[in-house]
Amino acid sequence: MTMWIAVLLACSACFALKFVGYLVPESWVSGERTSRVTTLIPVALLAGLVVVQTVVGAGGALMLDARLVAVAVAVMLLLARANFVVVVLVAALVAAGLRALGWG
Amino acid sequence: MSDAPTSSLQPAVRTEVLRQSWSVGVATGAYGVSFGALAVAAGLDVWQAQALSALMFTGGSQFAFVGIIAAGGLAAAPAAIATAALLGLRNGLYAIQNALYLGVRGPRRIAAAQLTIDESTAVGIAQDAVPAKRLGFWHTGMAVFVFWNLATLAGALLGNALGDPRRFGLDAAAAAAFCALLWPRLRSRDAVATAVLAAFIAALSSPFVPAGVPVILAALAALVVGLGVRGPRGESPRSDGHGHLVGEDPLP
Repeated sequence: MTMWIAVLLACSACFALKFVGYLVPESWVSGERTSRVTTLIPVALLAGLVVVQTVVGAGGALMLDARLVAVAVAVMLLLARANFVVVVLVAALVAAGLRALGWG
Repeated sequence: MSDAPTSSLQPAVRTEVLRQSWSVGVATGAYGVSFGALAVAAGLDVWQAQALSALMFTGGSQFAFVGIIAAGGLAAAPAAIATAALLGLRNGLYAIQNALYLGVRGPRRIAAAQLTIDESTAVGIAQDAVPAKRLGFWHTGMAVFVFWNLATLAGALLGNALGDPRRFGLDAAAAAAFCALLWPRLRSRDAVATAVLAAFIAALSSPFVPAGVPVILAALAALVVGLGVRGPRGESPRSDGHGHLVGEDPLP
């Protein structure tokens, strides 16, 4: 698979999901369990992504480095209700700073 | 793309809806800079980053796609596509809500589908009358689309200029971005339980399965908690009155 094919397949899948919503009746997704699962799916995926991006290194081994410190700072900023861009920028600066000092 | 019924709106209401739509568009679209920079850091070129913002046009899915490609390269592409699709599932649920007032057919239905994101849905469902709902949906969708794509281009060019992503902490920026996307969703005990279980699944499976797969496995936490507990049903999308949905992240 080339990168372009991957990009276009992913775009098609996301568009199809948006489009299907205009064709199906509401009753398809209004079940109690269905609606609970669909609400929780983004939570599970994003929590998985946080872990993978923070503590997983090359080859899948768990690895503690500058990313973990940066994410800890990000969580503190989120607790202080900081803006999305501030959280992302400060995390990058923390990791870049630690690496400039020769750690992580 | 506002259509005939919107002309029956009072000028003051129309002005207020347009003001809200375009201010949400500028504020939300600006985050495209971070997406563009992270996309090229992940190994995509400027055009591929731009294609994601124009064709996928749903922020969480876009970040997830490039994040998994960054970790596992092209070999992780199937997992990246699956994760992007699962995160985009919510847009289909928004579409069901929007279909109730948009009344679209044919090409307009295709345009409406592409512009169906958190913000257009939030502004649309927040208005009182159907003409105002339609006006809010279309203008917010178009405004976010324009600014999100312009900002993506700026970010991709900036990311190219920066070079080595690790040196500038862009890998940590991606991790922090996912934290910020998760944060507003942790509003119930079920959500927190799901997040903790998903985190354990991802961490424990990472050494044993290819890159990208741990995130898909983590999605099982939603099934375990969602089907396993007896709690309140999931919420239908609700607007917070400022152009965002309650419990949604700040991206399109």
